[in-house]
Amino acid sequence: MQQLTDSGSLGPSGGAILSIPHADAHGGTHVRIPVAAPRAHATHAPEARSTPCLVAESLNAWFGEVHAVKDVSLALDEHRVTAIIGPSGCGKSTFLRCLNRMHETVPSARVTGNVTLDGHPVYGADADPTMVRRHVGMVFQRPTPFPTMSIRDNVAAGLAVLGRDRPSRRRTDEIVEDALGRAGLWNEVKDRLQQSAVALSGGQQQRLCIARALATRPRVLLLDEPTASLDPASTQKVEELLYELRNSMTVGIVTHNMQQAARVSDRTAFMLQGELVEIAATSALFTTPRDPRTEGYITGRFG
Amino acid sequence: MTTLAIPGGPRRIVTRRSRRSRRRHRGLTNTVMVVLTYVAAVLATLPLLLILFHLARAGVGALSLDFFTKMPEPVGEAGGGLANGIVGTLELIAIAAAVGLPVGIGAGLYVAEKKTTLLANSVRFLSDVLNGLPSIVMGIFAWQLLVRPIGHFSALAGGIALGAMMIPLVTRTTEEMIKVVPGSLREAALALGYSRWRASLAVVLRTALPGIVTGALVAVARIAGETAPLLFTAFGNQFWSTSPMQPIAALPLQIFTYAISPYDEWHALAWAGALVLILLVLLISIAARAATRARYGAAAD
Repeated sequence: MQQLTDSGSLGPSGGAILSIPHADAHGGTHVRIPVAAPRAHATHAPEARSTPCLVAESLNAWFGEVHAVKDVSLALDEHRVTAIIGPSGCGKSTFLRCLNRMHETVPSARVTGNVTLDGHPVYGADADPTMVRRHVGMVFQRPTPFPTMSIRDNVAAGLAVLGRDRPSRRRTDEIVEDALGRAGLWNEVKDRLQQSAVALSGGQQQRLCIARALATRPRVLLLDEPTASLDPASTQKVEELLYELRNSMTVGIVTHNMQQAARVSDRTAFMLQGELVEIAATSALFTTPRDPRTEGYITGRFG
Repeated sequence: MTTLAIPGGPRRIVTRRSRRSRRRHRGLTNTVMVVLTYVAAVLATLPLLLILFHLARAGVGALSLDFFTKMPEPVGEAGGGLANGIVGTLELIAIAAAVGLPVGIGAGLYVAEKKTTLLANSVRFLSDVLNGLPSIVMGIFAWQLLVRPIGHFSALAGGIALGAMMIPLVTRTTEEMIKVVPGSLREAALALGYSRWRASLAVVLRTALPGIVTGALVAVARIAGETAPLLFTAFGNQFWSTSPMQPIAALPLQIFTYAISPYDEWHALAWAGALVLILLVLLISIAARAATRARYGAAAD
């Protein structure tokens, strides 16, 4: 089995790095305007089974002595949006950060268990965390544009570290336009691509960060409460964007907001005190939860 | 009872009269304190203003084009300048910056990244100690390290002595500037597939750069006028020399030599030299302020 390693021939597109199956079906090159993968059209029906893409098995995570994630097994299905809900401190963000090996960047953090991306072990001995993160992009709660870079360079930031596979200048411009277009920001910024990114509004900055994550064409996009610091109008734009994204990639989103989970996701997982309580099709979880704790949370009895 | 029943408050209601007198007392204290701070503020800037005023009065007379372009003349000859000292000082600053900035910035980056390692704590502590080290000791260090093994004084030894003085200053300012960069930026870079060092250099260091430039310029301004570390390293030179391996003239040394001489023409040159030196430092400080402004200009919003 091929490992997630930096073999030198790795590229930014979904497939070039690992020779992941399906990769060539939707994005063999950087510049191709993404078209909905044929299978994606039928997806929103929650019953339709999908292939697991990013799979966690018996995942445990600690901060020092604090056991933040307890034995969670959960799969993000391909071309689906999976939402993780739960009260503050339930470990949902930590779980998400384990999936692209961001958890270990915190001092004293520890992880056990398995994560596989299309069958390739993310925590394998040969797996390179930077390679994993190129395949599994992430957007954070607060927008994090790089203040020294222009809007264009921000979007291209992930491409700039690809070494030999770094696309040419003109190709980069095309990728930037494509990514900004997918993030719904192109029309707002096309005339000021060279201006500083910090001059944008908060909502625009967050969509810029999403565009930045999309530019390297990850297999999976993880979003950690991406709209928590945004106003309702910006939130709506991001949600519409997520809805579109399922056509071209696998999405995992952590959210506080149950309405948001209901609006954007195909499947929803409920976590409580570090444990996965229940995962089900979103409509099923919100209408007929199996676990009384889930019912308690979604009916507003706690959290 | 119409007392204001504040628990733990005064039992009696304060009468109108004593309230007024208290208010007057408070107003008086306030005025006195404000005046005192004004006086302190003026006193703080007074030395600089006096020095500038005096230097301008005593030094401007000897300032001419010759001062910048001519070599020093022997005693008794009229005219002459300090061209070699000016060039020498610039060369010493260049060597010092070439030594001090990379080491200082690198050490600052390390200390900011590995906050709690033993090495980081030691570097932080020793930097503070070094910052307070008498500059002549730095000269002795360079003499022992470079002048003795090489066998003669050199611009290199002087530049390295000055560079060593810059290191702790630059280390600490670099660390402070990197600490202000939000950790979320590094995290975002890592999440994009940046390696640790790449995230540190391309994102964190680059974001902190204007502040680091300011710190570097302040450090340069600080060492530009140092005399003691040069006494037995660069040594001074009456002749034209730009070779890093030879003794080199420097403005502070020249000022020192001329000032303790018994000749009036040399005294005038010493004043002019001091004026040029202080203007150089002033210029660097203004550049540092401009760099700082660029930083906050960009960080707005």
